[in-house]
Amino acid sequence: MPFYVGSGEHSMNPFEYQQVDEPATAVDAISRWRGSKFLAGGTNLIDLMKNTVEQPPKLIDINHIPLRGIEQTPDGGVKLGALARNSDTANHPLIRKNYPLLSQAILSGASPQLRNMATNGGNLLQRTRCPYFMDPAFSRCNKRTPGSGCSALEGFHENHAILGASDQCIATHPSDMCVALAALEAKVRVRGPKGERIIAIGDFHRLPGTTPQIDTTLMPDELIVSIDLPPSPYGSHSHYLKIRERTSYAFALVSVAAAIDVDSGWIRGARLALGGVAHKPWRVEAAEAALAGQKLSISLFEQAASRALSGARPRRDNTYKVEMAKRAIIRALTIAGGLA
Amino acid sequence: MIDCKLSRRDFVKTVGYFTGAGALGLQLISVETIVECAPLEFSASAHTVELTVNGLVHKLTMDTRVTLLDALREYLKLTGTKKGCDHGQCGACTVLVNGRRINSCLSLAVTHQGDQITTIEGLSGGEELHPLQTAFIEHDGFQCGYCTPGQICSAVALLEEARRGDASFVTQDLAHTGRVELTPEEIRERMSGNICRCGAYPGIVQAVQTASRTL
Repeated sequence: MPFYVGSGEHSMNPFEYQQVDEPATAVDAISRWRGSKFLAGGTNLIDLMKNTVEQPPKLIDINHIPLRGIEQTPDGGVKLGALARNSDTANHPLIRKNYPLLSQAILSGASPQLRNMATNGGNLLQRTRCPYFMDPAFSRCNKRTPGSGCSALEGFHENHAILGASDQCIATHPSDMCVALAALEAKVRVRGPKGERIIAIGDFHRLPGTTPQIDTTLMPDELIVSIDLPPSPYGSHSHYLKIRERTSYAFALVSVAAAIDVDSGWIRGARLALGGVAHKPWRVEAAEAALAGQKLSISLFEQAASRALSGARPRRDNTYKVEMAKRAIIRALTIAGGLA
Repeated sequence: MIDCKLSRRDFVKTVGYFTGAGALGLQLISVETIVECAPLEFSASAHTVELTVNGLVHKLTMDTRVTLLDALREYLKLTGTKKGCDHGQCGACTVLVNGRRINSCLSLAVTHQGDQITTIEGLSGGEELHPLQTAFIEHDGFQCGYCTPGQICSAVALLEEARRGDASFVTQDLAHTGRVELTPEEIRERMSGNICRCGAYPGIVQAVQTASRTL
């Protein structure tokens, strides 16, 4: 009788399994086993283990650590527990009311089943869906096997990066949630052997450079405990626009998180971040600066969009993303600003 | 399959707990099925877990790699839940865990100790179909039927999510928190995690809408 763990070279590697119920134990456990991984929702990790892209010798199940809370902080912000499920986060009354941009972004991603499993911490750690990374049948991928090359450079790269890429890797970050978190200037609270530290969302994900195998600045022995949202002045003057190849349940070709602090038709401040265009959620501060202090208008949004894409370096088959991103920015700002 | 050479010596012991229920006799309330497997040579770790499926507790000892989907199908022989893509992309493996719909193919069985798992086999009350099963038949919500158990489990959870006011990406007003009116657009978005390659979507949407009015 076959043993149902996969077959042939595409079978999952054997691994040890341990449940932990507090952050300190989790950090201690992961420090002891080189290459071990935390298991939360598992929607990305188990999938990658089935493909043998990830082969951890040990999984440390952190689902029993009490980090599922979503609560208001004294400064008027909200703390999102790292293990709160994406669906519970999107539907929490505080998020729907104060951070609708985040609710929209989360609800635009994956499927209801996956959002019920996926955690906030795990969403931050999603790996790219570049097909050369996901399928070990392709031998060249610097992210999976450093130094092996990048097949996407001259191969299939319609969905790849147009900003911040390197000649080692042109993969994109797949998350929608993280694009909204970038616009909302979230902070990631992590715990390691030496205690807690806080990483600004803009510093959490990396550009590929010469080390595309490293996605984030999180250390291998650190556990994400929460995502802290500062108070938001944007409220309903925000919009998450996602362009994809089918109406639902698909990764973004381009997405835009737009948030405007509006005062009687004038922009006090704005935040703009793009998804599907880079190795990390791509916040465009130059465009934000172009918007600040100006009167809401479509022509202003057009200027901001041009500025946001001024550094774009598309490749053979993804030049469409430059124009698509510009138009998506204009549309998202138009809706966020109430001009639609 | 690489493991065919390995013999899996297992035995199944079924213990029924019976209790008096009412004047007319006995009602089965819990069955414990114990499946034990000989440790595999290359298996890093075998774990024992008690899975509660459709109200029955099953004690299983198995490799840590076994997914909830494979535990249901290959160990407990509950083959109603289907394996489609095995990568969380098609929804054929959808089951309810503590009332929430999940993809059982991406969830390890060892993580489900103490959870209440409901599969398609657990929805009907004996010979009486669940209203969603009836609605799928009434509206021709399938052709080959392979995706149907996942579609129906997904729809059962969908109705509960809509009842409690969960939003979807097409929900216009996120500030509105009451029961969601299940328009065809809302149903399509909320069922997007279940793929039907026969294309029975019009019937599926109608079935879910009909059931939402009767439940």
